[in-house]
Amino acid sequence: MKANRAASGQSGEACAASPRRIVPHAIYRRLGDRVFGALVLVLGSSIALLTVAMGLVLYRQGGAPIVRDGFFGFLFQTTWNPVTGEHGAWPFVVGTLITSFGALSIAFLPAIAVGIFSAEYAPRRVAAAINYLVDLLAAVPSVVIGIWGIFVFAPWMRDTFYMPAFYWARESAAWLLPVLGTPTSYNILTATLLLALMITPYTVALTRDAVRMVPREQREAAQALGSTHWEMIRMSVLPYARGGIVAGVVLSLARALGETMVVAMLIGNSNRLPYTLFGPAANMPSVIANEFREAVEPTHVTALMAVGFYLFLITFAVNLIAAYIQKRLNVGGRIL
Amino acid sequence: MMSLAAVQSVPTNNVAVRGGASSGQPVVQEQTAGTPAHGAHPRLETRALSVRYGGGAVGVADITMPVHANRVTALIGPSGCGKTTYLRALNRMHDLTPGAHVSGQVLLDGEDIYGPGVDPIVVRRRIGMVFQKPSPFPTMSIYDNVVAGLKLVGVRKRSVLDGVAERSLRQAGLWDEVKDRLKTGGRDLSGGQQQRLSIARALAVEPDVLLMDEPTSSLDPKSTGHIEELMVELKKEVTLVIVTHNMQQAARLSDYTAFFYLGALIELGPTSRIFEAPAEERTAEYISGRFG
Ligand SMILES: Nc1ncnc2c1ncn2[C@@H]1O[C@H](COP(=O)(O)OP(=O)(O)OP(=O)(O)O)[C@@H](O)[C@H]1O
Ligand SMILES: [Mg+2]
Repeated sequence: MKANRAASGQSGEACAASPRRIVPHAIYRRLGDRVFGALVLVLGSSIALLTVAMGLVLYRQGGAPIVRDGFFGFLFQTTWNPVTGEHGAWPFVVGTLITSFGALSIAFLPAIAVGIFSAEYAPRRVAAAINYLVDLLAAVPSVVIGIWGIFVFAPWMRDTFYMPAFYWARESAAWLLPVLGTPTSYNILTATLLLALMITPYTVALTRDAVRMVPREQREAAQALGSTHWEMIRMSVLPYARGGIVAGVVLSLARALGETMVVAMLIGNSNRLPYTLFGPAANMPSVIANEFREAVEPTHVTALMAVGFYLFLITFAVNLIAAYIQKRLNVGGRIL
Repeated sequence: MMSLAAVQSVPTNNVAVRGGASSGQPVVQEQTAGTPAHGAHPRLETRALSVRYGGGAVGVADITMPVHANRVTALIGPSGCGKTTYLRALNRMHDLTPGAHVSGQVLLDGEDIYGPGVDPIVVRRRIGMVFQKPSPFPTMSIYDNVVAGLKLVGVRKRSVLDGVAERSLRQAGLWDEVKDRLKTGGRDLSGGQQQRLSIARALAVEPDVLLMDEPTSSLDPKSTGHIEELMVELKKEVTLVIVTHNMQQAARLSDYTAFFYLGALIELGPTSRIFEAPAEERTAEYISGRFG
């Protein structure tokens, strides 16, 4: 509208003579394009710059141990002892790999199944109920899940599963004991299970949306060939939606990597390798969350920063992988 | 010919001869099946077929008409008059539309495809469909697209699949263009080629009837010509029902023309008669382009 007024101001009489001509002159319309383009460019690049800046700051603050021990030296060093000033990231890297890939492998199949079910099979009301629950689960603050985990889930799991399993293993499968460890309330398994619960709504929602995006023609083409519902899903829906589904799984992984609160509350905080299933552990977000307050030694602070830097790199890489997968596997968006 | 299911058989040779434009009934100027004009008999026949959509919208109401074997029947009429609705009722595609309700009968070789115990999957294998928008499966190769329907029914033998793929692609007039790249993706074809691929895919399962909803409306004249030739060729083997907005196309290639208006069948007859001497005023007006 502004451009229009400017246009009539400049071309004066011509425009006033034809009041019905509300389309501004091409030059102003192109100006609008330019303004919008510039705005998008500025906003987009500032996000990119912010990301890069964040990585740089993390590196500058946490670079010292990386410089001292080398990129892989710090990564693979297995001792983390703030008292003696030894800082190696490996226990936390291992903890992160176990919790996030563990959570992902627990969650992804059921979550994909629920996503497909709610998009394809569920009667409208059931689908609405599922969607509501999924949204609710995604909206619950992780500290609430954490507190529930501490007071309800963890004790219950210990009494119902961990202790019986431990006693059973001690009686009849002693070779399992090194894997299981002595049951504690807060351990890597409990943290992983809750993490799985937390990423489930993301995988469900992303799967459901990917399935819903499949165009009607694709479905009908399969049905017109005489396919059953499941055959249609296999033949046209899943191939079409696979990019979105796989990208959704990878994004859920990124979320599992970064989720802090629940893990910090439930993992038990021990950096002594090797970890056991029923024993305490730590991962990258949890060590940062749990130690930054006590970190008074500058070396301790920089080491925590360095751990943050590695976590940043990992999540960054995982997001890139998700984008790449989506691009490679995506078949939607192309006309005809 | 496979049976739809264990359904009571209904004699086919009793297509109602309805006349009288003034009575409000559609003019269905047709021979009974026993004494057809060109040796044709109704392969498909609808009786008092009505389709309602959710919310009470009427798609089509009370359509009684035959569709003759090995002939092209064209459905014409202004936009929104129910052509697509009628076509989709013929192979039970409405089963998949939430809220849609079909009443009346659709007889395929005398058996009601909406009868009890009839499996819509089997119906759709016998009555294929080609849509307005070409819809090859994007992740499948050209070859896999064509044999997709056969694989569904469990055909796995390579030699059989190869044979069917070639036959169907030849029938669809696409073989020469794609025979050297059968393993490449179906999406790399042009729109016209994609539509012919969709036709080949529908033909591969050897349907008795092929329904086509504006199959050429998104295509250029050359591809359109190609598909029109194809339809004339195809009617040796299948019965065709096409929806078209193109009067010349209907006149050129159909044997029978049905004029729909506001969800009702106004007039059905041999194409030459419909175009030269329509019995109904509205048909004449529509054909001459005065409305629609
Ligand atoms: N899924 C649907 N839900 C509700 N109403 C519908 C639906 N599909 C079609 N209709 C209605 O049914 C009537 C007939 O539609 P139909 O698509 O059969 O028309 P058509 O003759 O194929 O039109 P066109 O030539 O534009 O394709 C229209 O009034 C339309 O609004
Ligand atoms: Mg239509």
